[in-house]
Amino acid sequence: MGSEKGCCCGCAPEPSEEDLLKRLDEVVAEYRAKPGALIPVLQIAQGMFGYLPESALKRVALGLGKAYSEVAGVVGFYSYFTTVPRGKHLVRVCLGTACYVRGGKAVLDAFKAKLGIDVGQTTPDRMYSLEVARCFGACGLAPAIMVDDDVHHRVKPGRISQILAQYSETKGEQSWQAESPTPTP
Amino acid sequence: MPTVTVNTTEVRVPEGTTVLQAARAAGINIPTLCNLEGVHAPGACRVCLAEVEGARTLVASCVAPVQEGMKIKTNSKRVRDARRTAVELLLSEHNGDCQTCVRNDDCELQALAQDLGIRSIRYEGERGHKHIDCSTPALVRDSGKCILCRRCVSVCGEVQGVGALFPQDRGFATVVGPAFCSDLGDVVCVQCGQCSAVCPVGAITERDDIEKVWDALNDPTKHVVVQTAPAIRAALGECFDYEPGTVVTGKMVAALRQLGFDAVFDTNFTADLTIMEEGTELLTRLKTALVDKGQVALPMFTSCSPGWINFAECFYPEILPNISTCKSPQQMFGTVAKTWYAKRIGKKPEDIVVVSVMPCTAKKFEAERPEMNDSGVRDVDIVLTTRELGRMIKQAGVDFRSLADEKMDDPLGASTGAADIFANTGGVMEAALRTAYEIVTGRELPFDKLHVAPVQGLEGVKEASVTITGAVPAWSFLEGVTMNVAVAHGLSNARKVIEKTKAGEANYHFVEIMTCPGGCIGGGGQPRLTTDEVRKARIAAIYREDEGRELRKSHDNPVVKAIYEEWLGTPLGHTSHELLHTHYKRRSRV
Repeated sequence: MGSEKGCCCGCAPEPSEEDLLKRLDEVVAEYRAKPGALIPVLQIAQGMFGYLPESALKRVALGLGKAYSEVAGVVGFYSYFTTVPRGKHLVRVCLGTACYVRGGKAVLDAFKAKLGIDVGQTTPDRMYSLEVARCFGACGLAPAIMVDDDVHHRVKPGRISQILAQYSETKGEQSWQAESPTPTP
Repeated sequence: MPTVTVNTTEVRVPEGTTVLQAARAAGINIPTLCNLEGVHAPGACRVCLAEVEGARTLVASCVAPVQEGMKIKTNSKRVRDARRTAVELLLSEHNGDCQTCVRNDDCELQALAQDLGIRSIRYEGERGHKHIDCSTPALVRDSGKCILCRRCVSVCGEVQGVGALFPQDRGFATVVGPAFCSDLGDVVCVQCGQCSAVCPVGAITERDDIEKVWDALNDPTKHVVVQTAPAIRAALGECFDYEPGTVVTGKMVAALRQLGFDAVFDTNFTADLTIMEEGTELLTRLKTALVDKGQVALPMFTSCSPGWINFAECFYPEILPNISTCKSPQQMFGTVAKTWYAKRIGKKPEDIVVVSVMPCTAKKFEAERPEMNDSGVRDVDIVLTTRELGRMIKQAGVDFRSLADEKMDDPLGASTGAADIFANTGGVMEAALRTAYEIVTGRELPFDKLHVAPVQGLEGVKEASVTITGAVPAWSFLEGVTMNVAVAHGLSNARKVIEKTKAGEANYHFVEIMTCPGGCIGGGGQPRLTTDEVRKARIAAIYREDEGRELRKSHDNPVVKAIYEEWLGTPLGHTSHELLHTHYKRRSRV
């Protein structure tokens, strides 16, 4: 995050951290007077930065007049929030009761093995992050997982390569290789 | 006014009363670990469970309001079993070691386990993660002992408006601590120690500096002097089972001598000196504003309370010019002891050790501030809290209760009633007005028994006005001027006064801020547990002490007079400026 480098496909360079913080200030200003502003502001911040860096959290605390410890407490409480940069795609495996009894744990282990990471970690190529979730409301179709905003039903360990393949080679998106530092021609 | 029955006792209580309060009104004690009357009732510890006839489950009595005709049982088998289970579960996680814990014999969890007759713990499992945070000079946190009652969270966040502590993470992994489980030294913490004053167990305590004092006392090359803050004498007795509000000055002096101090002195002496400097500073600021029409920061805020100084440096750096430049009495004492007194007894400052006994943990931080070395060496070497002094006296085997009263040593033991009342909210203001009014008018402050009644008591923010009439020629510009003063205790109340001032809603000339609720008598280093009842008892004792004095105005202190004649010249003079005044610095808020 925050790198000045544009990407090789010619799209606009990612905004710098300074720009994002400025935009965050505007969000905070908009929410300041609203009750219960902290969680929506954190959600927006995470959407902007991809995760919640310390600089953003301190800005939120100052802007909303909240103690930094409280902001940190809320971030730590909800598994949705993350303070470490996430990969391009977020895989969330549901371990709610229904998914758990129908094999969610085996699905999680398969993802761990396939991606070579543990829960809360990101693959070295920054493509995938792995999280555990508690119920997407898809219990009838358990075990369920989410990749980004897509819910996948009745996932079996044997199907995960196929699921991941959809995200590795989606049209219009960069492939794994394009993410790695390739010098611009 | 609902009428309820608690066990066999019928009691009529106001609307909104909790089951816990109703039981207490009926003379029945329900144990609690998290409840803090008037501050905090999260229903977190599940120890205060009670049975309400007709209710499906047991209720947490600290949060359940009573209803007309309610029948409450506090001692049924169901209640006893549930309470016992709650405490056993807490004990099964509690990563403590009673025999060597500083809270041994002063621990609410231990006392409750004893009261409930718990002789074994039926649950075995993982214990809380133990991380010892000794990153600050004032406080030590031990996460393994924390029972997650969150009293410290409420006190730090709501009473003090600082918010250094909050529950981090979730479930079994929950830690009450600074952001992302960092250490206190890495975040904004004013070191007031109110967390350590309300912690029911040994999870947050003052840093124990007793061994350092023993080492100094054992060193024959050192001349070790001790100063005791005004608030100590009205609370130390509680360490020896005296009722709150018992003044034990004479026994305290005797005990300090038995510990081996070479001289037993009084921070009250420099409290009087502070009044001379701070009162003059106020009058000088007023003169600059009214006569010279110069730029000067008003209102002036007091500077005795180091937690307040830390708070202002972090949260309100824009008002630092308004804070009196006077060092706190503790730091003035250190400087005077290692300069004027050192010369008198023919010692070098490096051969003198100044030990303070303070009601305060932030004083430990203050003594370590890098700039506090105007004597050429560290001005104050070691700071003990009241609780530590109590323990030290016990370590020495001194039978405190049987000691005969003794008097403070000369010369730095001399003080007046004005210094006594530095201990409580409103006291510094009253002491300052006693002197400033007399300087300006040549007459005594025109209040009954010299008490500024409107600034007394436990109201969070108090205001008073004094109109000056009959000013002496030197101060004639103040003739007819109405001085508006405000007094706040507890930092969230300080915040209110500052915000009001900044918004132009108040026209104060002088504002007293004390960090802790009730002032120093309710300090973070005082014997536990300081409730409002205890605060009132200690404050009443301090006023009795003041009223019993022959000298009750700082400018009447004979040694203060002598020190100006011999050494300092005038208040705010060159030597004062060099040795008795300080400066503040802006610090980050997050």
